[in-house]
Amino acid sequence: MPASFSVLLGKSVKKIAALRGGGSALPGLFVEKINPSFIKNTLAQLPQGVVVVSGTNGKTTTTKMVVELLESQGLKVFTNRTGSNFTRGIAAALLSEIDIRGKLDTDIAVLELDEAHAIHFVRAVKPRYSLLLNVMRDQLDRFGEIDTTAKLLQTVAEATEETVVLNREDPRLLAVGSSIESNKVVYFGLSDNMRSEFPSDDDMRSDKLSNITDRPPAIATLDDLTEDSAVFDINGSKHETTLKLDGIYNTFNAAAAIATVSAILKDELNINSLVARLATVTPAFGRGEILTINNQPCELVLVKNPSGFRLGLKSFKPDDYSTMIAINDNYADGRDMSWLWDVDFDSLKHEGVSMVSGIRAYDMALRLQYEEVEIGEVIPSLKQALESFLQSDKPKRIYCSYTAMLALRRELGKITEVEAVK
Amino acid sequence: MNKKLRILQLYPKDMNIYGDWGNVLVLKRRAEWHGYETEVLEHDTGDDFPKDIDIVVGGGGQDSGQGRIQDDLQRAAPAIHRLAEKEVPMLVVCGLYQMFGKRFITRQGQEILGIGLFDMETRGGDERLIGNVILQSDEFGEIVGYENHSGLTNLSSSVKPLGTVVRGAGNNLSAGNEGARYKNVIGTYLHGPLLPKNPEIADWILEKACSKKFGDFTSTVIDDRLADSAREIAKTRPR
Repeated sequence: MPASFSVLLGKSVKKIAALRGGGSALPGLFVEKINPSFIKNTLAQLPQGVVVVSGTNGKTTTTKMVVELLESQGLKVFTNRTGSNFTRGIAAALLSEIDIRGKLDTDIAVLELDEAHAIHFVRAVKPRYSLLLNVMRDQLDRFGEIDTTAKLLQTVAEATEETVVLNREDPRLLAVGSSIESNKVVYFGLSDNMRSEFPSDDDMRSDKLSNITDRPPAIATLDDLTEDSAVFDINGSKHETTLKLDGIYNTFNAAAAIATVSAILKDELNINSLVARLATVTPAFGRGEILTINNQPCELVLVKNPSGFRLGLKSFKPDDYSTMIAINDNYADGRDMSWLWDVDFDSLKHEGVSMVSGIRAYDMALRLQYEEVEIGEVIPSLKQALESFLQSDKPKRIYCSYTAMLALRRELGKITEVEAVK
Repeated sequence: MNKKLRILQLYPKDMNIYGDWGNVLVLKRRAEWHGYETEVLEHDTGDDFPKDIDIVVGGGGQDSGQGRIQDDLQRAAPAIHRLAEKEVPMLVVCGLYQMFGKRFITRQGQEILGIGLFDMETRGGDERLIGNVILQSDEFGEIVGYENHSGLTNLSSSVKPLGTVVRGAGNNLSAGNEGARYKNVIGTYLHGPLLPKNPEIADWILEKACSKKFGDFTSTVIDDRLADSAREIAKTRPR
């Protein structure tokens, strides 16, 4: 079947799917079925190739940052913006961007890929660059073991043709880095005084800093972070900027994005436009996104795994906020509730938690009981919990697992403007 | 009140991957709520094995963690055996449960020596057994938890399991039992972690430890309604 025909077919399926409010992956699946090399052929046209972003935490916001920083350098960028980060989602995103002949009018593609899907993707399409953020415990019930996840990322690194950008603060990624040719690897990282803010998973219970002593040099590091500004070291020079990103966790990912863009642009990097753009980058939906309800801010923080939850709690101060936690255990959230016990909820002790909700509300409440954190109410129904929680006239923050976030956004969309999740 | 329990956590650095630290926290808090003081000690590879231990808790790890601790565990084995014979209560989960058996044979045929506290052996399987579990136990009634392992454990006929499987896989694919018991030692594959949603096991451990150390166990009534509700929900969830 000629490529242009499958494009036409895919495009009309996309229209029909949009009419009936279908998910973003459906038309992609359709094109993949009739022309399996669709993604490969379309992406092969790009003059600057493909960047793959993978890792456990922060993929969506980091991908967004890499895209915006590349745009600050004058590049036209294709990305899988809908957050549908599987191969099919990419096919669907490509379909809406290409012209009728199957041409993509962009210089480079930046793709967020789930670890497990990344290995299928790189088998078909060799990325020119890859950015590997971290290997943390996420949904162990899906991948089995954290070392298995590290192996998946190793495969992505090996398939990368030009440069692999790695987090030098992550022991498992350091091991990946030392296993491939050194001229293919660059690092991003933290200055020594910022490292104490980032316990790794391995150190969690022992509170000791990671034992990595000889860290390789990094092309971008986060050197300092205050309430409203951050200092980055980029290729040896220091740059201070204000940020719209909240929290240490997003700011560290900014260093990852800077390193990636620097590795792509090399000598042509325009540092001033990069830093200027950095100041305007906002987090992706559900990653510290702030809505306004009854003239009070209501912040949604997505928590998917212990390290993400811990960093979220560390990033956002609970003072004068009402806090709600909503935990589901659908497949996309992970069925195993063990991870809640690897999060330290001590920071919520002072203000307490006003509302606990979600399918596993009682598991979450039980966790708080043993941390001796005071609980206002436990209401498993997200809709009812939200109604009650929104009565408070304080600023609000909701920590939520993935499917709980999607459901809460739907409810919130009925009362305020919420950016549509396509 | 000066009655203090010393709780030892085995290998928190290498064997802590599935929230099993929650078991230590539950023992610590419930002991405190019952009116006892606690001290939590940690034993990692290379440490001297501490003395005067009242409760031992160990968690699950990855295969690589199991590899790292095996030599140290052999070194600690005589001390652990002595404690077990003196009826010190212990709870070992998943990875350490396997290593409390005689041996673990990986899928590649490599043999990792256990300490043989339980007369059992484990073989690496091809399938990962993952999901919510319900057990029925003579001692503790209904037990709920979550399993995630590929090792298949076979108890010798003399070893009593922790319970029979009502839902889930358990020790292996055919025996229909889960975990192992020896004196006051409990071995199990169940995460969740085990103790928060099964407070009667936590109190049993505390009672054994206190009776042994202080001659009796004085308990207060703890509000376990959240645990009860969490159990009921867990039982209805897909595997």
